[in-house]
Amino acid sequence: MPVAVLHQGDYLIASIQSDLSDTQVLQLRDDLAERVGRSRARGIIIDVGAMDVIDSFVARSLRSIAVTARLRGAEAILVGIQPDVAIAMVHFDLNLEPLRAALDLTEAIATLDMLTHKDGGDGS
Amino acid sequence: METEEITQAQPPAPDVDATLLHQLVEYLRQNRTELREEWARRITDAQLLSVMTQEEIFSEATAVYDNYVDALETGSVETLQAYARDLSERIIPRGVETHEVLGIVLLLRDVLARSLFVNYQHDADLLNRILDSYEPAANRIAVTVGVSFVEERERIIREQQEAIRELSTPVLQVRDRLLILPIIGVLDSQRARQLTEQLLGGIQSNRAKVVVIDITGVATIDVTVADHLVQTVEAARLMGASAIITGLSSKIAQTLVDLGVDLSMMKTVGDLQGGLEEAERILGYRPAWTDDVGDST
Repeated sequence: MPVAVLHQGDYLIASIQSDLSDTQVLQLRDDLAERVGRSRARGIIIDVGAMDVIDSFVARSLRSIAVTARLRGAEAILVGIQPDVAIAMVHFDLNLEPLRAALDLTEAIATLDMLTHKDGGDGS
Repeated sequence: METEEITQAQPPAPDVDATLLHQLVEYLRQNRTELREEWARRITDAQLLSVMTQEEIFSEATAVYDNYVDALETGSVETLQAYARDLSERIIPRGVETHEVLGIVLLLRDVLARSLFVNYQHDADLLNRILDSYEPAANRIAVTVGVSFVEERERIIREQQEAIRELSTPVLQVRDRLLILPIIGVLDSQRARQLTEQLLGGIQSNRAKVVVIDITGVATIDVTVADHLVQTVEAARLMGASAIITGLSSKIAQTLVDLGVDLSMMKTVGDLQGGLEEAERILGYRPAWTDDVGDST
């Protein structure tokens, strides 16, 4: 599976190494949902810097990862969307709400720190 | 003219013409000095190339003349074309116009044709045949030079357009992780697309967190461009940066409302100052005065 999931402090970092097939996306979703509980993570960072395409299926799956994670008490954040990918996504009207986006890993960790220190991942 | 009995079948023209053309070239070579001077004189008389000095005209005339005769001889216009390009490159910045360039080439054609008339007037038949081989070649040369000049101009125009396009959407870093994108002039969809690309590239390379897009200098906006602006803001958000639009004139604001563009996703602030203050607030800067007034909260 071309996704390395690392556990760093309170956070899970899923680093996607290449474009994913639909099955692999689903597998990642299930894997993350399961690991959030097991590792008691407060946040999930998904690095999509290596992805050349984010289609509606991937976007929907990423969104559902965020919703699932929130239900289990973790905030999800997406990092490293390439400019071309961002342009294509807005053209196709792909929405990532409620998933947050950050420029890079440092930024994502800072955002998560801010979110989780303020109050612990409210699941509304 | 004495017949030169050398029949190197060099030109691609039919063989009868080959000898004639060769004869013609020999004649033009022999009379190089007078014809060249005559040509330079006619250029000055016609007040062409007025931005160039007498000496410059003469030296360019010499080079063009030699290239011209070579082109007649070999039938290949490549050298002349290269020279014409080079010449255009040198004289276009000095304000030489297309009609002047075409004018001097046509003048040379006339000068040479007239000298041929004078030289072959005793033999109408030969003159006719000489002209038969001269005219197509000369016309082709005139076209080549004219086209080279115009192409060179177009190349310069393209380059300048490119430069203007790049200059017109600068992405400026004003603070750590804060970019400003001032937009001035007409915002068409091509420029809007380019702006998006430059902005997103800027966000990535400067690790920007906040971008202020200032459209004070934009007079009007249409629905396509407005949508594009919304998409740009959205794309910036996907990259983890928040965008603030400033300087929406009352006219543009009204247009956007009339057009029904959904601006709920966009953060807009009245002027650039307000936008910068908002951006600094997002970045966590607090204004502080160094006087005895002390910090303000």
